[in-house]
Amino acid sequence: MSRARRVVYRVVPPALTVVVLLLCWEGYVRLTGVPRRILPAPSAVGEVLISDAAILRDQAWVTLVETALGFALAMIVGLGFAMLIDRSALLRRAIYPLLVASQTVPSIAYAPLLIIWFGYGILPKVLVVLVYCFFPVTVAALDGFRATDPDLIRLFRTFGASGRQIFTRVRFPHALPAVFSGIRIAITYSVTGAIVGEYVGAAQGLGIYIQRQKNSFAVDRVFAAILVVTLLSVGLFALVALIERLAIPWHVHAASPDRPV
Amino acid sequence: MSEPLGVRVAGLSKGLRQAGGVLPVLDNLTFDVPPGRFISLLGPSGAGKSTLLGILAGLDAPSAGTVTLYGSGGPRTGPLLGQVGYMPQRSLLLPWRSALDNAVVGLEVRGVPQTEARAAALALFREFGLSEFATSPPAALSGGMRQRVSFARSALAARGLLLLDEPFGALDALTRAAMQEWLLGVWERLATTVILVTHDVDEAVLLSDTVYVLTPRPARIAHQVAVTLPRPRLLESTATPEFAERRAELLAALRAAGSLADGTRREVAR
Repeated sequence: MSRARRVVYRVVPPALTVVVLLLCWEGYVRLTGVPRRILPAPSAVGEVLISDAAILRDQAWVTLVETALGFALAMIVGLGFAMLIDRSALLRRAIYPLLVASQTVPSIAYAPLLIIWFGYGILPKVLVVLVYCFFPVTVAALDGFRATDPDLIRLFRTFGASGRQIFTRVRFPHALPAVFSGIRIAITYSVTGAIVGEYVGAAQGLGIYIQRQKNSFAVDRVFAAILVVTLLSVGLFALVALIERLAIPWHVHAASPDRPV
Repeated sequence: MSEPLGVRVAGLSKGLRQAGGVLPVLDNLTFDVPPGRFISLLGPSGAGKSTLLGILAGLDAPSAGTVTLYGSGGPRTGPLLGQVGYMPQRSLLLPWRSALDNAVVGLEVRGVPQTEARAAALALFREFGLSEFATSPPAALSGGMRQRVSFARSALAARGLLLLDEPFGALDALTRAAMQEWLLGVWERLATTVILVTHDVDEAVLLSDTVYVLTPRPARIAHQVAVTLPRPRLLESTATPEFAERRAELLAALRAAGSLADGTRREVAR
């Protein structure tokens, strides 16, 4: 199959699904005459997207910055924990249960505390994103480190390689495909983390925007903002997938839905 | 380049701790491989051959006995790790590195400057018929080519003594034959000591100066055969009367040691 045909093959079916759904939605709203403040038609949401483009862009930018900062921190913290735990069984026993516990606390419960401590600025949102995202990276990296072929490690020991040399030359690169699996999971959480952080209190951002529009029954604006949030998430996911392809070209992962398993 | 090293193995025993006691794997092995020789350890699967190589490489400690490396200047001290080259059965090349970059890892680990390491590897690649594959990723190489790169990597890491752990075991028969002839040529030029672990009688006779026959676990040396076939040898050497004699002698020794009897399989067949 040619490249162009492959693209068509991949893009057309989901696009068609979306178009059909939108048409049904539009038709339903027009036929039943549901009020716009309950369920706006797609065309109404489209109008808002155009008329409020500048506001939405500014709010999206704030959310994007929070997400990006939190996510970058989550990568550092996530890999850091994984490397720390990987070093000793004692650290693993000491730290790992706490990491798991940190994931069981609902973010909506502790997010208000962060507002009390750090105010309405960017920091509490960054922290929520961090807590949301580091764990999949840690777990994936740990699995990756541990899955390294023991024969490969023995071979490197015969070269006289130190533990650090074996880590940097063998175990870390070996773990990268697994790490990227964790990153792909984490990136889908990341925007949600920022939105939750904004929900409980913020000056700016898509989360607080949605909150305000909801309170004034501007459902069309809520829909418009949700669409922007979705685009943001999908865009970040695509970016990670691109970085993955560039970073580990030797590894073809089986996550693509078109690839037979 | 480094000189070939001899290795003296004295009273070597190894037991593996298991539930319900210690499983003896190696039983009081003593042998001497003079510098520059090619010797084979021939025995059935599970005899403990790989355990022995692990000890010779310095990866595992013996339960009893000693392993001593020696060169023209007398015994070598210091750990075996880093001094003995080890080539595993699987090529274990790093998929994110090119063939050449894989071959230099041993030198890299030792702190040899990049340009120097690559020059040494390139020289060896020319010798090994690998020049055109230097920049290829391992995934683009055939099984035989991957084993050549793996051999180059081990030879670069430690040239004096090379341990080969059934290096051609996973290859098809024709590729294996080609690789055996290739190894003959390479070894004759490298001036290195080789200890080859194999369960292939023909391979042992074709390649070696001396073949040690091991018993089933716990491994003891049951027999020792000197192969005096003239070098350089080719695959055609296997058609000579002397080859047939050595082969018969080894088969008899394997049978006497109980290495040709496989009770379990016979029961299943019935």
